[in-house]
Amino acid sequence: MTLRPSPVALLVLAVPAALALSVLVGSNPVPPGDVWAALTGGGDATARFVVADQRLPRTVAGVVVGLALGVSGALMQAYTRNPFADPGLFGVSAGASFAVAVAVAYAGVTAPAAYVWWAVGGALLASLVVVALGRPTDPRVPPTRLVLTGVAVGAVLAGLTTGISLSDPDAFERMLTWHAGSLIDRGYAVTLAVAPLLVLGALAAAATAPSLNAIALGRDVAQAQGVDLRRSDLLALAAITLLAAGAAAVAGPVAFVGLVVPHVVRWCVGVDQRRILGVSAVAGVVLVLVADVVGRVAVLPGEMPAGIVTAFIGAPVLVLLARRSRATGL
Amino acid sequence: MRAAEREAPRGALVVGGERAHVGLDRRELAVCGVLGVAALVLGFVGLWAGDFPLTAGEVVGALLGPPFPVVEPIVYTVVVEWHLPRVVAALVFGAALAASGAIFQTVTRNPLASPDVMGLANGSFTGMLLALVVLGGSWAGVMTGALVGGLLTAGAIYLLALRDGLRDFRFIVVGIGVSAFLAAANSWILLRIDVETALFASAWGAGTLNNATAGAVWPAAAFLLGTLALLPFGLATLRQVELGDDLARATGVALDRHRALLLLLAVALVSAVTTVAGPVAFVALAAPQIARRLAGSPGIPMGASLATGAVLLLSADLVAQHVVPLTVPVGVVTVVIGGVYLTWLLRREMRTRG
Repeated sequence: MTLRPSPVALLVLAVPAALALSVLVGSNPVPPGDVWAALTGGGDATARFVVADQRLPRTVAGVVVGLALGVSGALMQAYTRNPFADPGLFGVSAGASFAVAVAVAYAGVTAPAAYVWWAVGGALLASLVVVALGRPTDPRVPPTRLVLTGVAVGAVLAGLTTGISLSDPDAFERMLTWHAGSLIDRGYAVTLAVAPLLVLGALAAAATAPSLNAIALGRDVAQAQGVDLRRSDLLALAAITLLAAGAAAVAGPVAFVGLVVPHVVRWCVGVDQRRILGVSAVAGVVLVLVADVVGRVAVLPGEMPAGIVTAFIGAPVLVLLARRSRATGL
Repeated sequence: MRAAEREAPRGALVVGGERAHVGLDRRELAVCGVLGVAALVLGFVGLWAGDFPLTAGEVVGALLGPPFPVVEPIVYTVVVEWHLPRVVAALVFGAALAASGAIFQTVTRNPLASPDVMGLANGSFTGMLLALVVLGGSWAGVMTGALVGGLLTAGAIYLLALRDGLRDFRFIVVGIGVSAFLAAANSWILLRIDVETALFASAWGAGTLNNATAGAVWPAAAFLLGTLALLPFGLATLRQVELGDDLARATGVALDRHRALLLLLAVALVSAVTTVAGPVAFVALAAPQIARRLAGSPGIPMGASLATGAVLLLSADLVAQHVVPLTVPVGVVTVVIGGVYLTWLLRREMRTRG
């Protein structure tokens, strides 16, 4: 027995701390006493508005986005066996961005809350196209072609998005903000709209998790051990797509969380894919919440979008951890 | 990736391991020939097409000069001083990007690795944005900023990843981290500057040949051709590196030094292109993969990759200039054309072999 605190325990303790910070801290300062009063239904109207109508919905959105990105990122890397794989790889982020660009430039949609349906539709449609075009016919072959198809389709959509936004300055400005990935003005309506996707995705992830350890040994080995590769692939694809689409619809393409959290978690908890999946979910929540809080106060009086802060916080951590000798491949 | 490579026998390997393929076999030679003819035809179209009406004879006359039929000075100006640099830029830049992508993908044995994914493009863009914000919009400043930004990024990734040798996995992860950090910085700068400047910067950031004037292109093209001429010396090492770290060491390759030199070559190619044309996305990633499927080779064919990159960028630039009604940067067209084509190739490959 050593007294060194385990990273997982620290992480679990960090969740309530991050939640508390997210409710207590903001660009509209409210004293902690007033926050408590507002939470319990009292306090003055301003405090109630700031806490109940702005910070709480934002916190819920942050939890949902972090959870979805952490789990889908870990699944994506386990499924594709590629350290570059991020949850947006199957065209999800590019599809969402393209749909939002079309909505802004041609359909006259302006409110972030109204983007959500476009984003969900674009994300699901794009990933369906990718899976339909690139799905391996032989389940024993690693899904490299699916990955490349995802990159190719994503590149086409990203190119079209850039083309649309460069030819329409108004759309360009809105797309810049959407592209950064942010939780500003994400009310309960936005989170509720994507909740069914996320629940389905989480169920699929839980169902496929037990087979991931066998697949990590090689797809032939997994089949020899009795894993139904087709079922497992189908569940993994469904989980990745639904979770990533839900997260992208709420916050925009926050690329960094799903890409990096699984790497760091893998170095902390070892190679058991079920643990990686669970701990990645928690770590994703903490990273997104903390990034959102930092973004609220870092550049007062403005706000820095959470998607930018996650990279500013996460990238140095990733590089430092990668330099340790324990850092290993997938 | 290594486990993935073991699973499929060499002949049946459709996708998966990224082995460099050095020798030119007959099919690759044929592919290079067809692409070379395509490049000549497209290059001629590029010299001829434009607002100024030209005949085919005038184009040839302007290129060859006396003793062939002498053309009017204005024709010479249009063909040789305006159109030619852009055509040469598209061909040479495309080939250089493809070569650097082929090196990156072979050294890391990962089809997703390319200099743009590893953060060099983001670093160049950061340098360009800082130059734009601090120094104002002069082309010299923008080009210097891009060059310095790209090189500093490459140096930072190398130093951060260097620890008991250059392990390919650590190298990839550090690249991802640095790339994400710079991408976030770029988004932040774009959000803070006024929309007009951001629009201008974003057009550059998508990759464009609008600045491919004679003064910028000839030095860059000369440098790139000189660097590409070094490639044959690296190919034999690349063939060893592709076998995996352990086997390469066992066959007596000074792995770290060779890998560093190869990557340095790739970085030099990308930096020179980016300095003139901005971060042209996707050519480096897609051209080697397209070439590999055209040549039907188990690894990445270097010669066919170069030819593919050249034709891809030139045709994309022609489409961007003459077909699309809006003025879009060539980088936008490159990803759309290259993406559709790569998807089609992957699809066909699956039908015939998978």
